[in-house]
Amino acid sequence: MFIVKEIQTAAYLFASILFILSLSGLSSQASAKRGVLFGIVGMIIAIIATVMGQGVEGHAYIIGAIAVASGIGIMLARKVEMTAMPQLVAILHSFVGLAAVLVGIGSYLDPSTQALSGAEHTIHLVEVFVGIFIGAITFTGSIIAWGKLDGKIPSKPWSFAGLQLMNLILLTACVVCGVLFCKAEGTDGMLYLGIMTAIASFIGVVLVMAIGGGDMPVVVSMLNSYSGWAASAAGFMLGNDLLIVTGALVGSSGAILSMHMCEAMNRSFFSVIFASSSLGARTGEKKAIEGEVTALNHEEVAGLLKEAKSIVIVPGYGMAVAKAQYPIHEMVQTLQKAGKKVRFAIHPVAGRLPGHMNVLLAEANVSYDIVMEMDEINPDMPDTDVVMVIGANDVVNPSAQDDPGCSIYGMPVIEAWKAEKVIIMKRSMSAGYSGEDNPLFYKPNSEMLYGDAKASVEKIMSFLKA
Amino acid sequence: MKVGIPAEISPNELRVAATPKTVKRLQKQGFEVQIQKGAGIKANFSDKEFEEAGAKIVNTAADIYSSSDIVLKVKEPSLEEVHMMKEGLVMLSYLWPAQNQDLLKKLAEQKVNAIAMDAIPRISRAQKMDVLSSMANIAGYRSVIEGSYHFGRFLNGQITAAGKVDPAKVLVIGAGVAGLAAIGAANSLGAIVRAFDTRKEVAEQIESMGAQFLTVEIEEDGATSSGYSKEMSKEFIEAEMKLFLEQAKEVDIVITTAQIPGKPAPKLWMDYHVDAMKPGSVIVDLAASTGGNCAYTKNGEVYTTPNGVTIVGKLNQLPSQASQLYGNNLCHLLDDMGKAEKFKIDMEDAVVSRAMVTYDGKINWPPAPLPVSPTAGGKAKVIPPTVEETKKSQDEIAKKKATSTWISIAVIGVLLLLVGAFAPSAFIQHFTVFVLAIFVGWQVISNVSHALHTPLMAVTNAISGIIVIGGLLQTKNDIGNTMTILAAVAILIASINIVGGFVVTHRMLKMFKK
Repeated sequence: MFIVKEIQTAAYLFASILFILSLSGLSSQASAKRGVLFGIVGMIIAIIATVMGQGVEGHAYIIGAIAVASGIGIMLARKVEMTAMPQLVAILHSFVGLAAVLVGIGSYLDPSTQALSGAEHTIHLVEVFVGIFIGAITFTGSIIAWGKLDGKIPSKPWSFAGLQLMNLILLTACVVCGVLFCKAEGTDGMLYLGIMTAIASFIGVVLVMAIGGGDMPVVVSMLNSYSGWAASAAGFMLGNDLLIVTGALVGSSGAILSMHMCEAMNRSFFSVIFASSSLGARTGEKKAIEGEVTALNHEEVAGLLKEAKSIVIVPGYGMAVAKAQYPIHEMVQTLQKAGKKVRFAIHPVAGRLPGHMNVLLAEANVSYDIVMEMDEINPDMPDTDVVMVIGANDVVNPSAQDDPGCSIYGMPVIEAWKAEKVIIMKRSMSAGYSGEDNPLFYKPNSEMLYGDAKASVEKIMSFLKA
Repeated sequence: MKVGIPAEISPNELRVAATPKTVKRLQKQGFEVQIQKGAGIKANFSDKEFEEAGAKIVNTAADIYSSSDIVLKVKEPSLEEVHMMKEGLVMLSYLWPAQNQDLLKKLAEQKVNAIAMDAIPRISRAQKMDVLSSMANIAGYRSVIEGSYHFGRFLNGQITAAGKVDPAKVLVIGAGVAGLAAIGAANSLGAIVRAFDTRKEVAEQIESMGAQFLTVEIEEDGATSSGYSKEMSKEFIEAEMKLFLEQAKEVDIVITTAQIPGKPAPKLWMDYHVDAMKPGSVIVDLAASTGGNCAYTKNGEVYTTPNGVTIVGKLNQLPSQASQLYGNNLCHLLDDMGKAEKFKIDMEDAVVSRAMVTYDGKINWPPAPLPVSPTAGGKAKVIPPTVEETKKSQDEIAKKKATSTWISIAVIGVLLLLVGAFAPSAFIQHFTVFVLAIFVGWQVISNVSHALHTPLMAVTNAISGIIVIGGLLQTKNDIGNTMTILAAVAILIASINIVGGFVVTHRMLKMFKK
């Protein structure tokens, strides 16, 4: 049973609309679940319309592959811990990249495309070439990103002086391969395609290796974008509008997210991607930090919290590492029961994935009503009694506002120091990801509470209950 | 392990090294506590209270010194007391090691491991055991109360039916812990408070406590790495004296807190300052025991000068409160040393090694210096741009932005024309769809809230699995075909993506609760 081409096109259009609605559904919490549903329906329609189209063979293999994949997918999604979300997202990106490479090679080998001639043939070859190039970069880049996020590869930026030059040479080599590939007869271009795929894979590795752990939100969303472009390129080579549209949606979505992240760090997209302005390099003289670091114990912190009326919690990657979100939620509930106003302040780049903190807090059942964005909470800081900074550092660094010599100068930050009292929960005095000293720790109204975030919060809880 | 608390023998020492509360705490740490009969009387703690808290009452000091492993004391021991101590005893007490070399020798001979609580280094970690701070806090508070008691007027300003009362003016010299506590207490009683310190860095702290920071017009900072101030240049001191003279004519209560460890207190309030003050004014000299900051101070006495200025040279120690805080400081130190079970004298530890003035029969004083304030690197003066400059640069940026927008639009236009000129019609069609889809995506995603960025990425991830269609179109019935194998693998991984992405997004969104 086949459906005619026109109906298939109509189904594709419908699927495209559903995908757009799916993404727009995610603009608010209320419509988000419906958005996912739209996406699922769109995907089912797209797959059915394709499989039932003319000229599709091998249904048994298709169904078999999808069935196996569904099992694996559900298992992965069920099993993953929320703190490991960044890793999962990264590894899924690599799948799209690999699929794009495979589809590209398949399309090149497809006898029907060999029949094309003239400009159409050349354009098809270029499409295949570009599609595989993007796919390969996405594939290896995502695997490295996964390794870094999972701690299998050191998250420190790995770079050397001639990196930019080497990338340039490699890119030129790819272009040369591309020209030779387009001129090759029949499937003789396979060799050039292979060389280019190898080079592109290598570029993907180098590109992500050069980026440090704190820039991961940008990298992951950038790879998200690449995976979209790879799908789009596949659409061009197959002449399939649905692939083009969907790929473009995902591609631009990832690009926007990367830009958001870069804005939140006050860095240009290119400087992050090409690691040209490595963090920690100061542009001016260091501003002297004055004051003394003072520390409190858990009982004293509990005392401060008991007296406070308005409390703001600023979580960072340290909270994720310590998995402190559960005891934090418990503590927040206790404080709320005591009639205190407790809110969370989330910096856009806190964590290793855009919106990572929100997901972790949601996992611990924290109501999203009290989870605020930086811009919402900053005006309230002067009226806040106690700010608890849990495992965050650079996002509360006042140098970003008052020390032009500092490498993160200009980055918007949560103005914790304006509150009456700041408690910083940290494992040690070490600098944040940017490598900048944090003068907040030395301010007279700030106190340190050393130790693992989870254990500390639990201890504070015991004193709050006492 | 047994912790013993003897009664303080000095008649002027009202405090005791433990209170019923800290006795309970010591027991929680695993110690057995014994206390000499009547030890807490002067600080208003009865033997009964101690007994109820779980301490054993012992009759004589000799019993305490011979049967305890650790002894807690307030004032440095007399030589007779040292003789009673058993070998290997750990003693925590004030010792003033710099002034009491003979006592240290005796303690070392007796093989007593003595910790001088006044020698605890003033670093962050040790703040909870810093008796100088906790006692200075009390002294600062009390100095205001004492000053107010000898001062014949209200501290705050009032407007009453009987007439208007001006607020009293209080000058605090030296803004250490005691000075800041005094500022806080005077401020909350309603006085106008001014404070002077040679260290510029404390200006903010002074102001945060509600006082006006007085300074001299000479660039010199008295801060040192020890946290105490250094001695200043002659010019500075002259300017300072001039400033004090002006203040002396105005202020009603002067509280001086300047002390230098191991040295007599500096003379800051000279005879001519006192002579310039109004009759009825009060000077509270917290440095009286080390010679006094004021030229006329008599240690342990309250004394009125011929021109009617009262100089307070003795202070009630608030023995009950002071004992409680001092006892807490001791508990914190014992906590740090491993409590009863793992009690250990760790000479590698920065705090213990500095405060342990005699150890294993040897004198361990003076210790190596340890900096408190974070080292201030090369200071850079940052001149903030003026409002006009910022505005100008903003205008320029806006202009540049506008130009670059126009340029990029022009470039895009030319590129599109080029594509149109050379590409076949099928490609142009796809291209149109592609560009429009980018715009739609751009508009849609811009509205997504930060909080949903992770679910958004998971969904786009699932959706980008649409590449499965590429695989679907390429499968053939013949499994031996390379294309089919490639396509099947592509379908497999792309489908993992689709299913995994949607399921995990659903899982995440389910967690978001109002």
